[in-house]
Amino acid sequence: MHATETPPRPLLAVTGFSKSFAGFVALDRVDFTLRPGEIHALLGENGAGKSTLIKTMTGVVTRDAGTMGLDGVEIAPRSAEEAVRMGLATVYQEVNLAPNLSVAQNLFLGRQPTRFGLVREGEMRRRARALLAEFGLSIDVAAPLESYSVAVQHIVAIARAVDQSARVLILDEPTASLDAHEVEVLFAVMRQLKARGIGIVFVTHFLDQVYAICDRITVLRNGRLAGSAPIAEMPRLDLVRLMLGRELSEATTERPPRTEDAPAAEVAAFRGFGKEGMVAPFDLTLRAGHVVGLAGLLGSGRTETVRLVFGADRADCGTAEVAGRAASIGSPREAMALGFGYCPEERKTEGIVADLTVRENIVLALQARRGALSPLSRREQDAIAAKFIRLLDIRPPDPERPIGLLSGGNQQKALLARWLATAPRLLILDEPTRGIDVGAHAEIIRLIRELCAEGMALLVVSSELEELVTYADEVIVLRDRAHVARLGGEQIDVASILAAIAEAPAAPPAAA
Amino acid sequence: MIRSLGRLTPVLATAAVFLAGFVVCSLIYPNFASLRVVMNLLTDNAFLVIVAVGMTFVIISGGIDLSVGSVIGFTTVFLALAIERWGIPPLAAFVLILVLCALFGACMGAIIQYFELPAFIVTLAGMFLARGASFLLSTESLPITADLYAHLSDHALRFEGGARLTVPAMIMIAVVLAGMVLLHLTRFGANVYALGGSRTATGLMGINVARTTVLIYTLSSVLAGLAGIVFSLYTSSGYSLSAVGVELDAIAAVVIGGTLLSGGYGFIFGSFLGVMIQGLIQTYISFDGMLSSWWAKIATGLLLFAFIAFQQLTLHLARRSRRAPAGAHP
Repeated sequence: MHATETPPRPLLAVTGFSKSFAGFVALDRVDFTLRPGEIHALLGENGAGKSTLIKTMTGVVTRDAGTMGLDGVEIAPRSAEEAVRMGLATVYQEVNLAPNLSVAQNLFLGRQPTRFGLVREGEMRRRARALLAEFGLSIDVAAPLESYSVAVQHIVAIARAVDQSARVLILDEPTASLDAHEVEVLFAVMRQLKARGIGIVFVTHFLDQVYAICDRITVLRNGRLAGSAPIAEMPRLDLVRLMLGRELSEATTERPPRTEDAPAAEVAAFRGFGKEGMVAPFDLTLRAGHVVGLAGLLGSGRTETVRLVFGADRADCGTAEVAGRAASIGSPREAMALGFGYCPEERKTEGIVADLTVRENIVLALQARRGALSPLSRREQDAIAAKFIRLLDIRPPDPERPIGLLSGGNQQKALLARWLATAPRLLILDEPTRGIDVGAHAEIIRLIRELCAEGMALLVVSSELEELVTYADEVIVLRDRAHVARLGGEQIDVASILAAIAEAPAAPPAAA
Repeated sequence: MIRSLGRLTPVLATAAVFLAGFVVCSLIYPNFASLRVVMNLLTDNAFLVIVAVGMTFVIISGGIDLSVGSVIGFTTVFLALAIERWGIPPLAAFVLILVLCALFGACMGAIIQYFELPAFIVTLAGMFLARGASFLLSTESLPITADLYAHLSDHALRFEGGARLTVPAMIMIAVVLAGMVLLHLTRFGANVYALGGSRTATGLMGINVARTTVLIYTLSSVLAGLAGIVFSLYTSSGYSLSAVGVELDAIAAVVIGGTLLSGGYGFIFGSFLGVMIQGLIQTYISFDGMLSSWWAKIATGLLLFAFIAFQQLTLHLARRSRRAPAGAHP
């Protein structure tokens, strides 16, 4: 380990990067400095501006303001290809190679060794083997890329980038689909590149990995630089606070007193429920009139948990019990038949049907549940729409307006109305207050409390910890795709949730 | 080794079907198993193989070219008029039509690329355009009586037993060999496969996607023009209604030859075998003398179904085995 007496000259220096999309500020005067031989974690929650920063650096998106210097020379790539030529390569989570071509062709596509216009296959394979051997990979380079694991594909992509004289390597969530062993293989490659003086920007959601391999951390929040420090100066709790933007002083959130009666009726219980690669087996009990909150960082397994509960993905282990009877939840249809409702996080892509009217969107789930053979009459539809527009205060109160024209908060209310119309016994809300204005925010929280009081069971995923504290009867904390803590009653406050999220695992992974 | 054999499975299956068919035909008709039948098979299907070679490039890149049949029709009419009416020497007419076809294909490729339109629609428009243009030139069947035509149809490599390797067959074999070299041994060929594997990834790897796309459709149209020349040599005439539906025969041959319609996988030699299987069925029917020619279509249809099902099955099995402990650990 070289000491850090004199900070080495920066390899990549980004100064004052700004970018707006149609009035929305995605990046606001962000600085970022990468030193040679440094592995630099770039962290932040959804919408923090990580991907916008990467895209502006590599020329995929043009920046509004700011300068970037590579080794002291100012550069402004206009496309990903140009960035690669300048020495700035990106490897995405979705490996951007041709899966059907051989490993060797993928490594050398567009620059294969040729003689008289013909590719010298033998020479190309020899070079491919030599190149991969540098990364400790000994595989059949004539086999198609897709016959190898994602980890190997990542290493091939990295090898291609490095061989094209990359100085800066940006790894955008390369570990999201890798198992523990494969992560170690990738880390070995990263350490080796580091030793060669290549600067690595490492985007990930796994804090353990950050502390296992990175030298420095930069955190973005809401498009701004939230903080940047060497790893030794940023303990986990500080990091989580920076990412979620909470100060401990805020932690005294008001929490309405609860009357602890006899345990309410069990609506659904899951035991040992889980799916490999999505979320480790967990136990979960949902009771009438209770709110269970799921807290954790992005990618910690919250959404995966609710998707399993709703049958949007099929669990590969564990049992489910609904209203005291064993149930199999293999599809959203079956979940709906059991009286479950689900408002997904991706409102625009998974929730609303933008071109349909508010009324049509509201009756959608109820109609689906009744089946196509017994259509709701127009009068019934009108009555249902009018009722929920009034109850939830959807504005403008026009049932015939296309829902795409409503504000985010009102779209969210209409989505809630869709599920409320089916009178579910369990309602699952994934980030119900994301991207909506402050007023609507309070409305949604009021609604959650009311629904709860009416005896509905609720399962809520939220990054807004104060929000969870105000309405949850139980908070389950997730980290690295496992349920790691269960807080109930008086234990629920922002500080303890943060502490549970930030806690280092009992047995840290063997990082060589 | 085992892996590359796995990739060749579809072609091997096609070859097995062809050989089995040939053996069955030979058992039924003793005269069938002769060099002469084989040579006729090559000559009769020369134009279709040439189009199928171009189609293989297009389909592997993830596209489709519906215009090729019409381009053949247009070419035959154009040649008949150019040689017989306008007095253009045949060789000059050949060059002229190939240049026209290249421009036509380049235009379609450019429209597909820059207007981001599906190849299906663009080449469908090209199909109507080329067919309409050939009607515009002439609606009659025009004989071509130039000396070169008579000379070329006489010219052939002769073997014992009356077998002849004709000029169309020679051109076809040259096209197949050149196509194999271009697709399997050059950078351009690798780019074609890469496009079919993942268009966006190919662009991100710094490959000029636009240029490659334009070149692929240019190649397909030029080969369609060449097929038209061969067709006019074979029939010594030009007719605006010739080669109707040949694009579908070519697509069928390519698919039977083991090329995936979704792109990314396939071999030129497979397409050659695909045409030969269709030719074999035709020949069997003409040997029989009692069967109607539509039985050829029915047999081709059944074969297509069988091969598509076979491809899906192998894909499915390959994916399943990939799920299991994937790949080699270093």
